[in-house]
Amino acid sequence: MQAQELVKRYGSRDALRGVSFEALPGELVAVIGPNGAGKTTLLSILAGILAPDAGTVELGGDAVGWVPQQAALYRRLTVEENLLLFARLERHEDPRASAERMLELIGLGERRGEIVARLSGGNQQRINIAIGLLARPRVLLLDEPSVGLDPRQRARLWEFIAGLADDGTTVIFSTHDIQEAERYGGRLLVLADGEALFDGAPSSLREAVRREAPEAADRDFETAFVAYLHHRGH
Amino acid sequence: MKWLLLKDLQILRRSPLQATLLIAYPILIAVLVGFAISGDEEKPRVAFLNEVPADSRISVGGEQLPSSNVSERICARVECLEVEDRDEAEAKVSSGEVLAALVLPANLVDRINSLSTLTPGVPEVEVLVNEDNSVKASFVDDRIDALLAEANLAIARRIAKEGSRYLGLVIDGGKLELIGQTFPILGLRASAEILAALEPALEPQLRPALKQVREFADEARDNLDVAGPLIDRLAQPIAVKKVAVGGEAPPLETFAIAVAATFTLAFVTVLLVAGSLALEREENAFPRLTRGLISRGSLLAEKVLLGVAVGLLVTLLLLAGLAIFVPLAWERFALWLAAIVVGGAALGAAGAALGAAAREVRAVSLLAFMVTLPVAFLSLVPSGAVGAGVYDAIGVITAVFPFKPALEALTAALDPSDSIGGPLLHLAVLTIVYGALARLALRRFAAI
Repeated sequence: MQAQELVKRYGSRDALRGVSFEALPGELVAVIGPNGAGKTTLLSILAGILAPDAGTVELGGDAVGWVPQQAALYRRLTVEENLLLFARLERHEDPRASAERMLELIGLGERRGEIVARLSGGNQQRINIAIGLLARPRVLLLDEPSVGLDPRQRARLWEFIAGLADDGTTVIFSTHDIQEAERYGGRLLVLADGEALFDGAPSSLREAVRREAPEAADRDFETAFVAYLHHRGH
Repeated sequence: MKWLLLKDLQILRRSPLQATLLIAYPILIAVLVGFAISGDEEKPRVAFLNEVPADSRISVGGEQLPSSNVSERICARVECLEVEDRDEAEAKVSSGEVLAALVLPANLVDRINSLSTLTPGVPEVEVLVNEDNSVKASFVDDRIDALLAEANLAIARRIAKEGSRYLGLVIDGGKLELIGQTFPILGLRASAEILAALEPALEPQLRPALKQVREFADEARDNLDVAGPLIDRLAQPIAVKKVAVGGEAPPLETFAIAVAATFTLAFVTVLLVAGSLALEREENAFPRLTRGLISRGSLLAEKVLLGVAVGLLVTLLLLAGLAIFVPLAWERFALWLAAIVVGGAALGAAGAALGAAAREVRAVSLLAFMVTLPVAFLSLVPSGAVGAGVYDAIGVITAVFPFKPALEALTAALDPSDSIGGPLLHLAVLTIVYGALARLALRRFAAI
């Protein structure tokens, strides 16, 4: 996936200002930044939900799976009905088998008959991700996937996502949790006020933080990162 | 509690469509109802053609009334629109400018005057109506009945007085004026006295008296023959000859069934389509669906199809239920299906346009209800019942929403008196227009 000079404006506000980056097969790219940085806008453009005002996105013909921050599913249907519906819409040869695989993957096989509205937010997010995976994507876009999950669910989610990357799926996820990004992201793309400030490995970001905000270098990474953003004028 | 109230007001402020509707709706209804009930519009407009010569005078029971009094009485009850001739009257009725036309023929006064003679005629007024709507037909009939009741009552009182005079002659005797001559009438009372006088002595010389009694019997019979038709005219001295110059209305009960079926079809279809489309956004599923799983056009078509299918089922159930009480023309079932399916498609497309315009299911439901209900009621307002300007405005409103053409299509499907082609074509055009509007509205659907 390659994005070139993406620009998006909402009225007079610039949500993205010429953001460029690329992601290779099997890469886990974390898009990080404070609230309002443009993370969701960038992922929405990559997913084809929003059209950029300028710039291009090249996907190389790969299918893109999209998992929005707010669960996009039918709360009045059961877990299984949701998966079955989207498997059918994705034109799977055997939708039942696909739904079954996803139930197993997200660990909700025993709760397949429950109405989604009665499930916890974490479980709804697991179904949300499973629906995104039903597209059999080569590129998976996840917008704040771990929001609302408890530590155990979060660990299980990242284990699952890492498995997808190991199988060659390009995974791009957004988060404002810097520690989660450092732990699970193979590459970090730092956005602030619609501008790409950094694109590289987590260790390189630590170097950059030490270089540009030396007064915070000895403190925890999140504090040092905030100091770095401050030094860069954000 | 005040903080909760403030929070709700803030939410309302952030839903401009709902807030605008809440303010605009009562204003709109107040204006519509106000126009309908205010000023002269409470009197139905009737074209009035008076062919009675100006110098004619009504003379019943010896009293003389100028014939102009008739038109004054009538025009006090309705808003009279004087016309020059019958053609102009027919044109105004056909166009719906007036509820009906009342024609007083030239011989009306002569015939009224004949009611107090021994050869009473049948005074007749002519009413031209355009019964393009059963409710209107019933309304016109009521107005005509009310209009003539007063005139008939006044004349009936005079005829009754004249009838009493004739009966008085039979009972008490007197003089009967006929064709310029005076005939003496003995009367039952005098006859009885004569018979009483003759009773003691039935001698031959009493034969003239007996002859008088026989003659009285003959006279009495003749006088009662005259009184008979007069008394018949008491019920309705002036007859009404009703002439339909426009379309023929279906029976009122058929029209009522069509109204019930259209209400059902409209509410089910509009609310279901609008609500289910809004639910896609409320569930956040719309962007996911339209990323390639399904096109926006297909999504709209699916919602309209859902509305048509459910609307068809519910409307047929309603008709089947009504058929228990009222016989329905089942041989026209194919036309029922055509009217329900095409009407449902147009109403569904309108529902899709509404559903794409609002943010939430609840707001959409409220919007759909607030649009459908007044339009449905406006569709039942007959021509001539309100002012011409208001009726024209109502005509435009009801023509751009599918309720009235759906009602016309269902009425025509249930009864052969109307043509179904026009309403079906109208509905097809509305389906395309509302489908295009819904498609346009969906462009901003994902962005909100």
